[in-house]
Order: sequence, then C-alpha cells, then structure tokens
Amino acid sequence: MKRLLHVWAKHEKYVNVVLFAAAVVYPLIFTRQYLINVGILCLVYVLLSLSLNVLTGYMGITGLGWAGFFGIGAYTAAILSTKAGWNFILTFLAAMAVTGMFGLLIGMPTRKLSGRYVAIVTMAFCEICRALETNMDWLTRGSRGIPNIPRLELFGMKFNKQAQYYLILFLVLLAVIVMGRIVNSRIGRGVLAVKDDDIAASAMGVNPFSYKVMIFGVAASLAGLAGAFYAHYIGFIDPSNFTFDQSTIIISMTIMGGLGNPMGSVLGAVTLTVLPEILRPLMDVRQIVYGVMLIIMMIVRPQGILGGFNLKHIRQQDSVHKEVRNE
Amino acid sequence: MLFQQLVNGLTIGTTYALVAVGFSMVYSVLELANFANGAFYVFAPYIVVLLYVSMGWGFIPAFLIAVIATGVLGAFMDRFILTNIRGRKAPISSSMVATLGVSTVIMNGLIAIFGSDTKAVPNAFPVGKVYIGSVIITGNQLIIIVLSVVIMAVLSIIVYRTKRGSAMRAIAQNTVAAQMMGVHVNRVITVTFFIGSVSAAIAGTMVAMYYGSVDTTLYTTVSVKTFASAILGGIGSIPGAMLGGVIIGMLETIVAGYVSSAYKDMISFVIIIIFLIFRPTGLLGHKKINKV
Repeated sequence: MKRLLHVWAKHEKYVNVVLFAAAVVYPLIFTRQYLINVGILCLVYVLLSLSLNVLTGYMGITGLGWAGFFGIGAYTAAILSTKAGWNFILTFLAAMAVTGMFGLLIGMPTRKLSGRYVAIVTMAFCEICRALETNMDWLTRGSRGIPNIPRLELFGMKFNKQAQYYLILFLVLLAVIVMGRIVNSRIGRGVLAVKDDDIAASAMGVNPFSYKVMIFGVAASLAGLAGAFYAHYIGFIDPSNFTFDQSTIIISMTIMGGLGNPMGSVLGAVTLTVLPEILRPLMDVRQIVYGVMLIIMMIVRPQGILGGFNLKHIRQQDSVHKEVRNE
Repeated sequence: MLFQQLVNGLTIGTTYALVAVGFSMVYSVLELANFANGAFYVFAPYIVVLLYVSMGWGFIPAFLIAVIATGVLGAFMDRFILTNIRGRKAPISSSMVATLGVSTVIMNGLIAIFGSDTKAVPNAFPVGKVYIGSVIITGNQLIIIVLSVVIMAVLSIIVYRTKRGSAMRAIAQNTVAAQMMGVHVNRVITVTFFIGSVSAAIAGTMVAMYYGSVDTTLYTTVSVKTFASAILGGIGSIPGAMLGGVIIGMLETIVAGYVSSAYKDMISFVIIIIFLIFRPTGLLGHKKINKV
C-alpha cells in the first residue's frame, strides 16, 4: 500500500493521464447502453461531489443541501428548454448563472456564521427549494414534474449515448481544471489558511470573506451545471430527485472519497454510484447492504479513501531521502 | 381559532423539543450531527406496532420494550461503530456519514420487514377531551405535552444535577481535560447516545399515536426538523433545544392554519435562515470566545 502511494506520488501526472484515458475509452469498450448510462450517472455525481468537495474540503463547511443547487440547475434548464426552447448550451450557461447567484446568496452568511451553522443554512435552503419546486405549480408543474425535456442536440444532430458521455466527461474535466486553478491560487491558499486557523490567518492579513463567497458561488454553479446536464439527459425531473436524501448521498460520496482531494471525490462518487448497481440483484435487501458497506468503509478508512494522503508531501519526503542518500 | 392552533402547535412542538434535546446532547459532546436519530424516531413506533398490534401485548410493556430496544440500538451504534471511528482521529464528518449509513440500514430494514405502506397505530389511551373556552385539548395532546415536559425535566436534572451529567458537560467543554480528570469519555458518550435514542423513541411513538399512523417517509422531515430546532435554540443548550422545538412546531402549525399548509415547512426554514444570519449563536446559545 505504502509503496503504491510512493509510486503514485512519483508519477502523479501519468496516473492522471492513464485514468483519464480509461474514462475516454470506457464507452468504446463497454458499448451496452446500460453500462454507458451507469458511466454517465457516475460522472454526474463526480461533478456534484467535486463541487461539494471544494466547499467541505477547503472551507470546512459540511454542505448538507447540495441537492438544492443540483435541483435549481435542473429546473432552470428544464424550464428554459421546454418553455422557451433554448438550446442546451444556453440552458447550461443559464443554469450556471442562476445557481451561481443562489450560491453567492447562500454564501453571504458565511461571513458571520461558523461552518456548522452554514451547514444548517444549506440544509434549510435545500428544503426551501424542494417546497418551491413542489408548490410553484405554474412554473414547475409541482409534483407532476417536467416531462419531455428536449434531449441534447446540436445543429439538429441528436447526441447518442456515447456523445452524451463525452459531454459530461468534458464538463467534469473543465470543473477539475477550474477547481485546480482556484485552489492553487492565492485565493485558495487564503481560504485554506482560514480553515486551519481563522484567527492566525486574519492576523496575517488574510481577509478571505469575498474569496469564500466567490468559491461558494463557483461550486454552486458547477452543481447547477450537473443539474442542467442531468435534466437534458434524463428527460424528466420532479422534486423527488432533489431531496435531503439526495444531499446526504452527495455528501457521503465527498467524505468517503476523502476531503480536499479531487481524486477522492471521483473515487467516492464512482464507488457509491456503482455499488447500488452491483447490488441490484439483491432486490429488497440492496439498500441494507449498501448501508452496511457504507458503515464498514467509514470504520476501515474514516478519513475517506484518499483522505490523509498528501501526494505533494510524499514527493517532498522522497526527494529529501534521495538527497540524503546522495550525500 | 388562534388558541386552538397554538395548542396543536405546542403538542407537536414539544415532541420536536424532546427529540431535539437528545440530538443536542449528542451534538454538544461530539459536535456530531447524528442522523440516525431520525431513524430511531421511526424505529420505535414500528416495534410498538409489532408488539402491541400484531402480537397483542399490552401497550405499556410494548412501549417500554420499544423504547429500551431503541436506546440499546443507539448505544450499540456508538459502541461498535462510532467509537472505532473516533479512535482513528478522523474528522467528525466521517462519523456523520456512518450515522447516515446506520439510518439507511434501519429504514430499509423496516421496509424489508414491515413493507413500505403506512402502518396504523391505534390510540392506546382513548381518553376524553378538555374544554377551555372554545379550545379543545384532547387527552392525547395532554399526555404528549405532559410526558414530554416530564422527560425533558428528567433529562435536565440528569445533565445539570448528576455526576454523569457533569461528566457530559465536561466532555462537551474539553474532552482531553475531562479524560485527565478521570472521566470515562467513551462510556459517558455511549450513555449520551442511549439517552438521545430513548428520547427520540418516546417522541416518535407519541407522534405516531397522535396521528394514528407511522411510515418510513417521516425520517427525512424529522431529521431536518430536529437539527433545525437544536440549532435554532443554540446548539448544546438543553433549554435552547426545547425552545427551538416548540417554536418550530408552533410556527409550522400557524403557517399551515393561516397561510398555506403547502408552505409550512418552507416558512419555518426561511425564518431559521434569517434568524441565523442575525443571531448566529441561536436563541440561548453562548457565544464561543476564540482564544489564541
């Protein structure tokens, strides 16, 4: 295990390239519709859990209402495409803008509130969204949901399953790059400093309030993007898709994968999406087994699958060892 | 009309308060949002249905067995799952995911055994009504309010007047220091879980009897509302959790009565958000002073 980590740390770039290549060839090898559908679902959850990881891993906020943003994105896309006939590129952008705005709004209280209270605010926000989705009948058709959402198409060409898969893979890649940019910038470091010790950080002149709100907005808009894709992909949405239970699934993925590690989010999301599919033959007891597995995983690796591994740190250690040996 | 709504709100509010107190006790010692609490709330009435309706036991023994079984379940969860996670120095959110796993197991176990349809819970105390002016208080409401208040009083006495209670408060303040003073930290935490699950079980059974039915969809609403009540009152404060529960119960009854029952859940959450922004420590919470 430890050697594996060192190898991984040494060749991190190559490992990432190989993993990405595997994701690219996946739908070419497994051409069954069902398997591609599972792949698409995995990637939707990867996007959601990645965006939440920025919030939870880098800001220490346990976002308990991530399905709220997911839902706003989905409803924005669904309404704009069914009522106004917008193309998916426009609805994606609109969904990102709308959820981003809500993200900024919900991120505002972070100035005064500590993490656990922000968790409540996000949870309450999710419930409010669900109540609005259920009751604003004129806009969302209430609990009947919005059917016949136009499938993804560009210039009259309908996306087949593979193309849809590549679209969401592209969006995930985009999200990884954007997140990486933010986290490794001055902003990200400021936020990280505040997470570790806000008093020490402010003593060093870091006032990250605006950064925090901005990151909140970006993360929310990515969740909205996932929602917009999901709406076009699945073709029918109703409020039951965006409940507190959905939020708990997303946060479980993020925490199980390992906080503050984008690769962890990928692993967590894929595990918890594939697991119920594998357990499908168990029928009634499938959810029970799923729960038991979740508990066992948390006992075996409470810090998450990849939590507590800092590849950069391992690399530094290795290079120090090397220098010592050379001398 | 208004007073009638207030009485109805108080009834449901005291049950929220009861669950929130247990939740808040666990939260104050561990900073853990125990989402299995909502599952315990639903678990107990199912056991009552099994023993009281299906097996024909008397109500009181069925109730006691259900409550104790739920308490033991809570203690077991801590002893065999959460203690292990705590011992590994993991972030507390990992324990939270584990409690989510526990509630998944319990809820789906209930569905697998009892089926997903709504179960009828007969009223074990078909007692009369009390009239105060035009306000009707049913015997059931009276029992719920009185029992909740009594149990909360007992819990307050346990926490503020007994040795075990001071151990709990010591752990809440500083776990390491408490351990050095000879407090069996893990044992006290397990007891706290036991108490929390018992209060959830009692509240769940009473509410199931009040509405005459129980089903597994209750889980989400209850989890969200207890969390909200505990936060609204000021997390870690027992009187605060009581107050928070009662306020949320009253708010949603009044909104349902005067505005629209469709928006009753939403309005209480809007108020919580606004409230938290202006008073982040909750109603009775103390401001934590950060020392460097």
